[in-house]
Formats: sequence, C-alpha cells, structure tokens
Amino acid sequence: MSVLTNITLKVWRQDGPDGQGRFESHQVPEISEEASLLEMLDIVNERLVEEGREAIVFDHDCREGICGTCSLMIDGQAHGPTKGAATCQVHMRVFSSGDEIVLEPWRADGFPLVKDLMVDRSAFDRIVEAGGFITSPTGGAPDANLIPIPKPVSDASMDAAACIGCGACVAACPNGAASLFTSAKLAHLNLLPQGQSEREKRTEAMVEMMDDHFGSCTNHGECESACPKEISIDNIALMNSDYLTSKFKNRKKLAR
Amino acid sequence: MAQTLSRGPVSGTAVKSSAKKKSFLLDLYGTAVGKKYVMAITGLIGIGFVLTHMIGNLKLYIGVVNEGGELIYDADYYGEWLRDLLVPFFPRTVFLWLLRSVLIVALIGHLHAAYTLSVLNRRARPVKYQSARDYQVANFASRSMRWTGIVVLLFLLWHLADFTWGWVNPDFVRGAVQRNVVASLDRIPVAALYIVANIALGIHLFHGTWSLFQSMGWNNPRFNRWRRGLATGVATLIVVGNVSFPAAVLVGVIEFDPDAVTCCLEGHSE
Ligand code: HEM
Ligand code: FES
Repeated sequence: MSVLTNITLKVWRQDGPDGQGRFESHQVPEISEEASLLEMLDIVNERLVEEGREAIVFDHDCREGICGTCSLMIDGQAHGPTKGAATCQVHMRVFSSGDEIVLEPWRADGFPLVKDLMVDRSAFDRIVEAGGFITSPTGGAPDANLIPIPKPVSDASMDAAACIGCGACVAACPNGAASLFTSAKLAHLNLLPQGQSEREKRTEAMVEMMDDHFGSCTNHGECESACPKEISIDNIALMNSDYLTSKFKNRKKLAR
Repeated sequence: MAQTLSRGPVSGTAVKSSAKKKSFLLDLYGTAVGKKYVMAITGLIGIGFVLTHMIGNLKLYIGVVNEGGELIYDADYYGEWLRDLLVPFFPRTVFLWLLRSVLIVALIGHLHAAYTLSVLNRRARPVKYQSARDYQVANFASRSMRWTGIVVLLFLLWHLADFTWGWVNPDFVRGAVQRNVVASLDRIPVAALYIVANIALGIHLFHGTWSLFQSMGWNNPRFNRWRRGLATGVATLIVVGNVSFPAAVLVGVIEFDPDAVTCCLEGHSE
C-alpha cells in the first residue's frame, strides 16, 4: 500500500452565509492512496478538533455515490478529476505526492453558502415541488408490466432518473444554470406513459421555477462532463422542445 | 438568494400563480428557454444571410460580363437584380426592403436576448469562484460568444458605412459594387479589419451553429454526431469565402478598371 506525502490542502473557510470567506492551508504529511478524499478531510478534521479548532464543514452522507449529498469543487472541477464520480468517490490515488489540492464550495446564487464548504441546495427541491411528480391512485401495488413501455423509452427515462440532485451541473456551468438537473427530472417523467397526463403542466412549472433561481444554458456542455451520473445534455434539448409545446398546449387548454 | 434557506409550503399542486397578464409571446420570451429560442431563430436568419451574402459576393470574381450589348461588372449587375427582385409584383426595391427589415428585426432580437441572458447569467453567480476553474469541454468559441458577437456588431457598422452609406469609402459611387469594393479593400488596414472580423464571425458560428440545435430542441440521436461537423463546415465556408475577398483585392485577382465597362459607371440610385 503506497503512501502519498506532503499534500497541501487549500480549503475555503467561511463562518456563515454572510461572513467573509478565505482560503486556509492545511498540511497533510502523509496519507494512504487508498483513502478517499473525504477520509483525508476526516483525518484533518480530527486533528483540528484535537487542537481545539473548528472542524471543516462539508456535506456528505452515503459516501458511495448514490445520495448526491457530497459537493466539492476540487481543483476547479465539480466533483474533481474522476469522471462519472461524485466527490465521495474521488480517491487520493488520483493525486501525487507534493500536490496542492484546492477545495471550494459550489458557487451559485441558487445555492447560498451555509458554512465553509457546505451550500444550501433546496432551490432544487423548489423545482421538483413545482412538478417533478406524478399523480396516481394509491392502493394495492399495480401488477408489474401492466403498462407496456418500449425498452428504449424506459432506458432513456432511467438514464435521466439516475440524477442524484447533487448540483454539480450548476456548479460546473459557467452561467450557473440548472438546465441539466431540471431536464433530467423532466425527462424521467415526461418519457414514461405515467407522466403524460401532467406533462405540459409539469414542464411549464418546472422550467419557470428553474428560471427564478438559476442562469441560462449556453450549451457549453460542462454540466454533462461534471455529472457523476454522466447524464446527457440530450435531455436539455428535450426540455427545450417540451417547453415550447407545453406553452402552446397549456394556452389552448386554459382557453376552453 | 436567501429565500431558498426557508422552506416554503410543500403541496402537490405547487405551480406558480397563473395571474400573468403578459401577452403569450412576451410571456414565452420572459423565460431563459424562450430567449434562447429567439437567439437560435435569429441566429439561423443570420446564418442564412451571411451564407447567401457570401455566395452573392463570389460574383466579384466573374468580372465583366456582356449584358444585352452593354459591358458591366457582374457584381454591379447582381446588385441591380437584388433591387429588381419580384418586380413587377412589388415596386422596385420593396422586396429588398422586406428582406432587410427581417434582418433588422432579427438583429435587434438577437442583441436583446444576448444582453438579457448575459445579465441573468451574471446574477446567477454573484460570488465568483475564488480558485482557478478547470474547464473540461467548454471551448474558446463557446466562452467568447459575447466578444466575438461584439466584434461582429462593430464590423457590421463599419461595413454599412463602407458599402451602403459610403461614409468611410474613399471612392464611393452608389450601386457601383465592384468599384466600391476594390477602392475600400485595396487599403491594407481595412483588408485586415475584414479578415479579423470574419474570423470572429467564424468562431461565433462554430459554437452557434452547434448550439442552436440544442436551443431549438432539435435532438435526434441518429444525427447528433453530425452537428459538430456541420458547425465546422458552416464556419469554415463563411470564413474562407469572406476572407478571400480582401485577400483577392490585395493581390489583384479582383480588380476594377473603369475602361473595361460600357455601362453604369455612374452607378444607380436606390
Ligand atoms: C451583431 C452582434 C452579435 C452579438 C452581440 C451576438 C451575441 C451572441 C451571444 C452572446 C450568443 C450566446 C447566447 C447564449 O447562448 O447565452 C450568441 C449566439 C448565437 N449567435 Fe450571435 N451575436 C451577434 C451576431 C451574430 C450573427 C451575425 C450571427 C449569424 C450570422 C449570429 C449567430 C448566432 C447563433 C447561431 C447563435 C447560437 C444560438 C443558440 O445558442 O441557440 N450571431 N450570439
Ligand atoms: S456522499 Fe452520497 S453521493 Fe457522495
């Protein structure tokens, strides 16, 4: 098991939402390359606590890339250099001895900073609340395969449903846009038969809620490349075309 | 945006109030997605224009032609044809003005959408990243749309002052296309300006042509991989075509000789 030596951490520290932030340096004399980046932060934090200083605050939960809680800008990349991986899946082996690792929180108007590296991503909840659901009768579970869905359609829907809502797309976007997130949530339901009856209402409501918090899409493609679930920007094109049709169809419906 | 910190009421029918009083199109344009439709449609109109404009200008290479016994520069003849479009259905120059008004409206729409989207995007990240960003796929073209756009806009003003109004043309005669072009582009700094501006336009279109498919929602997995090639093709075609004109004037391939023609040296009025 090899060991990395002499790592310098540059971490963003900020006391609260309105505080003045700064980068703080911490030395990590040695760390196993099997350790994850977050485990290294744990070790640094234990040392800080022993010294009577405040631990670095960062978000994390499952630590296996499925919950979407972890969120770090690592060396200028959302979720760091590992492709298709969340921050918690970044291991020290991707760095080398003597490296400086810069950790910064997501920066976006829709993601106000809470403390240090932690931001509030509840603007995403607002978008989902606006229409990211279907209405269906409760009761006994329906029989499996009751509604036939072509395989390519369910595949496309499931690919979009893989979104864990981590916010890396917003963080990586030069415009701070949430198009990839919103379009993934939309595609997940808009592609399936179960999502059809509310399709237009959902699309209009979610896109307009997104507008209240985030920037606009210039089709840079940074979101797709940062996404830990590698969700495709094809979903954004689907959202755009769905939005236009929804506007027209909703207008017609409401005119009756 | 502090309101995201406090959780609002959660309900299954949470939709924004429908108390919108705006007209349908303004309401649509009010959203970022709607503005991107305007961006893409007006951009497409622009692409259609610059392509036909470039192809039309190729007539500068043809030189003198014999039109019904008169010797005339083919470019001048083409200019005359544009003013005569759809005559006698429309009176002379009316259809040309209809085309021009489409371009003017498209330009205003493109600029307004570009400006308002830029403001929106700046507001979406009030605190910038304090460490260096490491972009993975955003390229120079996509990151510099605003700058290449502004270069093209300034060039457009010069271009009109040069060949439409004649303010900055050293030897301007309205309607004498070949004469005006050679008079202006024979000056090295002006030729350089045309070359630089068209390269900026090419960079703008290298991203724009690709991007408009996404904005318009034209996404077909079967054809998606052609989009990059198409954008490269459109950008290259326009840059090569348009840069060739100042270059050809400088090396003398495109010339103007008043003695070679028998017609229309005094030009035409609108
Ligand atoms: C006259 C000054 C111009 C300015 C200031 C300008 C500015 C911009 C900006 C800022 C964008 C990116 C908007 C965004 O996605 O956030 C853009 C996109 C675009 N522009 Fe322009 N532009 C100009 C002229 C032109 C011209 C002459 C053409 C065509 C020949 C053109 C074609 C396009 C296209 C096709 C797009 C992509 C639209 C999309 O993403 O859907 N632009 N422009
Ligand atoms: S902590 Fe759950 S995805 Fe990283």
